[in-house]
Amino acid sequence: MWLVTLYRSTIGKKSIMAVTGLVLVAFVIVHMAGNLQVFLGPAKMNGYSAFLKSTGELLWLVRLGLLTALVLHVLMAWQLTRVAAAARPHDYARRDARASTVASRTMRWGGVLLLAFIVFHLLHFTTGTLFPTASRPDAVYPAFSEHDVYGNVVSAFHNPWVVAVYVVAMLFLLLHLFHGAWSSVRTLGLSKPSPQPLHRRIATVVAIVVWLGFTAVPVAVLLGVVR
Amino acid sequence: MNLTLRVWRQAQSDVAGALVEYQAIDVNPDMSFLEMLDVVNERLISAGDVPIAFDHDCREGICGSCGMMINGVAHGPMKGTATCQLHMRSFRDGDIVVIEPWRARAFPVIKDLVVNRSALDRIIQAGGFISTPTGGAPDGNTMPIARQASDSAMDAAACIGCGACVAACPNASASLFTGAKISHLGLLPQGQPERYRRALKMVAQMDLESFGGCSLFGECQEACPKEISIDVIARMNRDFLVAAVAASEERSGGDEG
Ligand code: HEM
Ligand code: FES
Repeated sequence: MWLVTLYRSTIGKKSIMAVTGLVLVAFVIVHMAGNLQVFLGPAKMNGYSAFLKSTGELLWLVRLGLLTALVLHVLMAWQLTRVAAAARPHDYARRDARASTVASRTMRWGGVLLLAFIVFHLLHFTTGTLFPTASRPDAVYPAFSEHDVYGNVVSAFHNPWVVAVYVVAMLFLLLHLFHGAWSSVRTLGLSKPSPQPLHRRIATVVAIVVWLGFTAVPVAVLLGVVR
Repeated sequence: MNLTLRVWRQAQSDVAGALVEYQAIDVNPDMSFLEMLDVVNERLISAGDVPIAFDHDCREGICGSCGMMINGVAHGPMKGTATCQLHMRSFRDGDIVVIEPWRARAFPVIKDLVVNRSALDRIIQAGGFISTPTGGAPDGNTMPIARQASDSAMDAAACIGCGACVAACPNASASLFTGAKISHLGLLPQGQPERYRRALKMVAQMDLESFGGCSLFGECQEACPKEISIDVIARMNRDFLVAAVAASEERSGGDEG
């Protein structure tokens, strides 16, 4: 079976990582576009959320697909990290980085931070478990409600600490995408030969657009642009 | 000029090694890096010490045997050159120069700066050949080959198998080497019959030799004395994936074992 051939080789593992990574990139872009509806007011945003929840089984199917992609992505990253560590048991006293970027060098532990962020984020906005304003005595900002996504966003981002967590996490997403959105295409052998193979136009645009789009929402709430 | 060297000394594979400090006195800036080591060794020998072992042969950048890590950079600070082509004018008087062997599980140290690169030979043995009867040299241009293809194949064929790509890679991956060998044959008509089988076999051998995987850091391309592009890695991956996913046997043609 070809899946076994893939799973047994480093190129196959990396390709699984690339495909699942691209699935997650697609999700992240759609998610960002959805979030920007905050700027269109509560009716629009809550309507979109109600629409998503009304799709029922389909929503769960997509969630299952994304979870599978994430699990495979992290599993392959973990395995390849171990292979790489075993490939150089005795490290250099000195090895200079000449071509690698901060982005490529932070894929591994930056990925771990992203995973931690994903867990936090789900407990924060999806389940409301970690909602910081829920216990606030001043009832100025509403408590967590499944039916008022707009209200949840506005409440949550009045807390500068929460804004800081999201802003920092999105910086790591920026880095992860700057390398990953470019490297995944090369890993799959879909790139054309180039005189400047390390240059990446599309990935740079994707990374910056995603970063701006996600960062805009918490910052806008904190600055009172969205209330 | 005078330099301080910190050189990895290790008597043999199975004993521990360490960085040892030496003074390189009166170095002529026009010497090559290997000639500088020769001078240091002359002095060690006359003092009754064991000279520093390092690999070298052609001393003109074509045999690939002279690799060493110089101040954290494979083949030293000059781009597109092997250690033997590096001149001492690339250094300044008083510099401290750290010299280490290639470090990878697949490249065990034999002695001092000499490592065993047989793993690369075994990758070639696994599929880096064509099975066309050769005979006498054919007339030029009897087989039409697109200019683009022959140029790219020549670029890949420039690989001298020195192992700098593995040495410079944070993952100790041999992807640039294997990609170059797969590409220089796979780009030419003569390499087509075994193209997909070759990709499967050479990649399998590469993994067997316990090199790391590719993260596309790009360090290999920067370190390569022949400046081979990471494009060969994308090509290797494409051939491998096509071979693995679309039934490899039909595509590989022939039934050679
Ligand atoms: C928002 C979620 C994520 C997205 C959109 C994403 C996307 C990607 C993409 C497209 C790649 C490129 C694959 C390639 O180079 O071929 C990649 C690589 C990588 N990802 Fe993710 N990823 C995400 C989350 C994570 C998480 C949670 C981890 C946790 C460990 C992680 C770890 C890695 C690692 C280590 C690599 C580099 C592979 C290597 O060095 O060989 N990623 N990611
Ligand atoms: S000695 Fe042959 S390449 Fe340097």
